Amino acid sequence: MIGADSKTLLEARGLHATVNGIEILKGMNLTVKTGEVHAIMGPNGSGKSTFAKVLAGHPAYEVTAGEVLLEGKDLFELKPEERARAGVFLGFQYPIEIPGVANSQFLRLAYNTVQAQRGKDELDPLEFDDFVRERMKLLEMNPDFLDRSVNEGFSGGEKKRNEILQMALLEPKLAILDETDSGLDIDALRVVAGGVNQLANENNAIVLVTHYQRLLNYIVPDYVHVMESGRIVKTGGKELAVELETRGYEWVAGATVAAGAAA
Amino acid sequence: MEEPQWANVKHPRIDFQSISYYSAPKARKKLASMDEVDPELLRTFEKLGVPMNERAKLAGVAVDVIFDSVSVATTYKAKLAEVGIIFCSISEAVHQCPDLIKQYLGTVVPIGDNYYAALNSAVFTDGSFCFIPKDVKCPMDLSTYFRINTESSGQFERTLIVAEEGASVSYLEGCTAPKFDTNQLHAAVVELVALDNADIKYSTVQNWYAGDENGVGGIYNFVTKRGLCKGVSSRISWTQVETGSAITWKYPSCVLRGDNSVGEFYSVALTNHHQQADTGTKMIHMGRNTRSTIVSKGISAGQSNNSYRGLVRIAPTAAGARNYSQCDSMLIGDRCSANTFPYIQVNNPSAKVEHEASTSKIGEDQLFYFAQRGIGAEEAVSMIINGFCKDVFQQLPMEFAVEATKLLGLKLEGSVG
Repeated sequence: MIGADSKTLLEARGLHATVNGIEILKGMNLTVKTGEVHAIMGPNGSGKSTFAKVLAGHPAYEVTAGEVLLEGKDLFELKPEERARAGVFLGFQYPIEIPGVANSQFLRLAYNTVQAQRGKDELDPLEFDDFVRERMKLLEMNPDFLDRSVNEGFSGGEKKRNEILQMALLEPKLAILDETDSGLDIDALRVVAGGVNQLANENNAIVLVTHYQRLLNYIVPDYVHVMESGRIVKTGGKELAVELETRGYEWVAGATVAAGAAA
Repeated sequence: MEEPQWANVKHPRIDFQSISYYSAPKARKKLASMDEVDPELLRTFEKLGVPMNERAKLAGVAVDVIFDSVSVATTYKAKLAEVGIIFCSISEAVHQCPDLIKQYLGTVVPIGDNYYAALNSAVFTDGSFCFIPKDVKCPMDLSTYFRINTESSGQFERTLIVAEEGASVSYLEGCTAPKFDTNQLHAAVVELVALDNADIKYSTVQNWYAGDENGVGGIYNFVTKRGLCKGVSSRISWTQVETGSAITWKYPSCVLRGDNSVGEFYSVALTNHHQQADTGTKMIHMGRNTRSTIVSKGISAGQSNNSYRGLVRIAPTAAGARNYSQCDSMLIGDRCSANTFPYIQVNNPSAKVEHEASTSKIGEDQLFYFAQRGIGAEEAVSMIINGFCKDVFQQLPMEFAVEATKLLGLKLEGSVG
């Protein structure tokens, strides 16, 4: 859904990052414009999830070189909560359980915090209840979710739905969905993907981090990137994902090694 | 007697000779109404955030003010008197109803009970007395605000609450104190007596000066609180939110003598910086089919040390007794500690005793999850803590619950992030 006046939302240039002193990202480049859907694929340990967490500001990761601009401004100037309020959303691969805190309470606080940032009205518990129930229909979620503790005792599929529900409430500019398809059965995958598709529009962008092509049958990307050893080694259209599925990541790795040798 | 050494707390030896055992505000004349109260005193209350007179009227709470050992104002006394309730300072009660004092004082906590109770029994000057006659349901929550306001003044408060057959009362005790550098000893004794079918609910929010960030100064709170369920089907419920004091040494307990009587203990104890808390309860089951519930939530932050110590004793006479204990600890940061010391003594084979315990930590990943949804660390911690303490806060009267929620947030400010 790329509009005519598409703008650059995110620009990562030469990004290096470490965790526990080990360098994971080694010169990551990526430009995302409004209205675009990107898929980042690649084998285990290639740095996909690290990239997602670095963008969101996870404290365990240290940026050692490079820069990331969000709408032209230095993303790393912002604290994690400020990035979230500025419209960066991370759909967690493993959503965190928070015992004792009701989901409804958590969702409302998050919603109101982001609304306040945007200069919009906050909702009281009753108004929010109506609003959130409406959004939950999008993901075919049982209203019971609201009374349970955040992610506590949720099945894998329930947790992922809860992530996308949060995306639906917060309406981020940039949604990075880290392995949202893992742990979902085929019906849940259809529902979650359907939710994401309804939320995508020409003013926001979605970055899908995934191992498998399966998700991309439901959410069709404009670009597919393949990561290897901490950077993107190949970029193509949606057909690249299909090719990867049949030929495997080694095919890309082999191709880049060959290309490097040729140069 | 020797000072008890078994608690999991450390402090320099207290010089009992250097304590001033009686101190009173300068304006000492007897006051008939709030209007006569020293304006300076009222201003102090204002600064502490307790608009006492308004609060008392608006909330329908009668406040018996203790200001450095002498009661200076008592409100709502007339309204309570209409239904036969006596609510006054204990010094007044000694004069006005000596028979009741003689009958009950020291019957739950004997003078030689423990070192600090003995000290209190020897030197106490004032405190509160509350008597609810037979079949009277107290029409309002009764409340006492304790204040400690003179440097190095030991406070030895004495509280006695008696609920006769079928009576019920809810008593609130809330505490704050201004900042001081030298340690102040507070050794209070609280005794509750519940006769047949009586019901006493005692709620405390304690926020005494805890010392500064380096552990200098702060109150030593060495308190003996005990309730006697003397009659059949009587009930005593303790709820406490302990956030202050440099050292807390406190075990609100229930002696369940009457058959079918019920004891409850709901506690939140928060320690930060260099605070130390060794707190818990004792449930002594003597009557048949007696029941007790213990819910303890300990929160440790900074370099503090927070211990739960609890005794559940089932006497041979307590056939069919039941106890359920739940002790949860939460750690914030990696320099604090939490301990649980449960003592369970079962001497009757028909008793059922359950004990559950858990320890959790507010982790980086939880805080990151909140942050990723736009919620800063302080707000996140406050939400997690309130969730953690929910079972206890539900037991507090509405107004107190709101106050307690805010207080915890305030006490943890700056401890994460």
